[in-house]
Amino acid sequence: MIDRTAITVLWLREMKRFMRAKSRIIGALAMPLFFLGFLGLGFRRMAVPGMEAGVGYIRFLVPGILGMSLLFSSTFGGLSVLWDREFGFLKEIMVAPVTRVSIVLGRIAGGVTTALIQSLLILIISFLMGFRVPSAFLFLPALVFMILISVTFLGLGLIFASKMRDMQGFSIVMNFVIFPLFFLSGALYPLSNFPRWLRTLSYLDPLTYGVDGLRGTLIGFSSHPVVFNLVLMVVFSALMIGLGAYFFEKSEGV
Amino acid sequence: MVAIGVENLTKSFNGLVAVAGISFSVPEGELFGLLGPNGAGKTTTINMLSTLLRPTSGHAEVAGFDVSRNRDAVRKSIGIVFQEPALDTKLTGRENLEFHAMMYGMGKEKRRQRIRQVLDLVELADKRDVLVEKFSGGMKRRLEIARCLVHRPKVFFLDEPTLGLDAQTRRNIWDYIKKLNRERGVSIILTTHYMEEADFLCDRVAIMDHGKFVALDTPAKLKDLIGGDVVTLEVEGEIASLLEEFRKQDWIKTVAAHDSLLSLTVEKGERRIPQLIEAARMNGVRVTSVHLRKPSLEDVFLHFTGRTIRDQQASQSERNRARMRGHFRRAR
Repeated sequence: MIDRTAITVLWLREMKRFMRAKSRIIGALAMPLFFLGFLGLGFRRMAVPGMEAGVGYIRFLVPGILGMSLLFSSTFGGLSVLWDREFGFLKEIMVAPVTRVSIVLGRIAGGVTTALIQSLLILIISFLMGFRVPSAFLFLPALVFMILISVTFLGLGLIFASKMRDMQGFSIVMNFVIFPLFFLSGALYPLSNFPRWLRTLSYLDPLTYGVDGLRGTLIGFSSHPVVFNLVLMVVFSALMIGLGAYFFEKSEGV
Repeated sequence: MVAIGVENLTKSFNGLVAVAGISFSVPEGELFGLLGPNGAGKTTTINMLSTLLRPTSGHAEVAGFDVSRNRDAVRKSIGIVFQEPALDTKLTGRENLEFHAMMYGMGKEKRRQRIRQVLDLVELADKRDVLVEKFSGGMKRRLEIARCLVHRPKVFFLDEPTLGLDAQTRRNIWDYIKKLNRERGVSIILTTHYMEEADFLCDRVAIMDHGKFVALDTPAKLKDLIGGDVVTLEVEGEIASLLEEFRKQDWIKTVAAHDSLLSLTVEKGERRIPQLIEAARMNGVRVTSVHLRKPSLEDVFLHFTGRTIRDQQASQSERNRARMRGHFRRAR
């Protein structure tokens, strides 16, 4: 059922492509870093209602920006199936004698790794900007949240990729799915400022719990208990990967 | 053993029938051709046989395995070169082969050895560490053929293997295909809309049009069906009475007129030309040129469908595709 070699080789391919596309790495880092830099510096002295006293805006923002970077790179990672379709390589993958589940897992392994590398680069840069973590031991749980966020949105990307024929719908997904998910998650501001109806929508957004979990682990401040966030993220990621694999299996190979 | 057995295979897309109940079988070691214009259903047939598409109805077996029920076993037994390149252009030639060999579960030593072998066969050994995006169209096609050979398939599918390639490269590809079939005994199914390709390469050819087979036989027997040579007369003048006279002669098998061109099928054509010119003169028609040739598969296609293969249209869509691919690459 699960073919470890196939997963490894798909992961390896993703790594090689990633390492060779320097411009892609820089491009993917640029937007989160601009958000972090400009918003962080611009709102530095602002007292945002709903934020615990003593938590500076930059500290509040860093986990949000990590969530943003994971959201974007993972969804694109899932959607990259469309590139393979466009360039024909998907057929080479689809006629190979490996189970479709292994193909999905290989993509996820590759997607999670590249998304994590990008987020860790952002984390390093935010350290240079003065961001500090209460304890180094909190990295491990933060890493777990990062992986769960990445898996969730890789699944989402795969669902869209299975439903779309080409890159035409890309900007629609970008503008009407990814950006709303980002803004609803409270990555940039506390959700307590949202009107009730909007907050209800936020509670349906997986990224809300991902970002909150990252805040809980990285700055020791969160709206929900970390364990609660963790449980929800595990459920979301399992659900999305299940759906992603299901739709990918059902979509025809050409 | 049969390499391929197909019974009443059908595929429709949202009610549109692409393949309309074809049946055929290909014995082991045969080089079998699917010939037809674009949109005849050749690629859809290949995609069903290679498990990329699920048949709407009917039954197909490849290397003894059912394509719907035993997909992984089919996938292990086949190699396929698609119409469009299916390479990762951001990887080198060797990395593409390496990827393939690993996907087919081959061990490290075997991979190394086979990859060297196939690269030598298609003469790409010196380019193995070059990114595929730097490869020419012919090199890409050769690499794809090499890739399929890495896992030694029993049945080999080639979808329009020489589409868009220049004459020289086409010849080379033909040689590789022949060599593969003759020396290794691989059963090969290829699709093409090039008549001379089907004629030169294939043991048997199925002529396909609108999702159906209109004829299936060896190229020689198919051409015999025409029943003679093709004589084309270019004429000036009123041709109605001449046509009537030609139709009355039993040694003229078929008569077709396109504007000022008369196309006749005549037994022992070279001996009948004087008679044809004489008949034209008697009917007040001047013959300005005469052309005689042995029948080709093009004539066979015309014979069965009443149309010529739409080569013109095909080359047009080829150009469009090439342009679009270039566009995507730039956009990326």
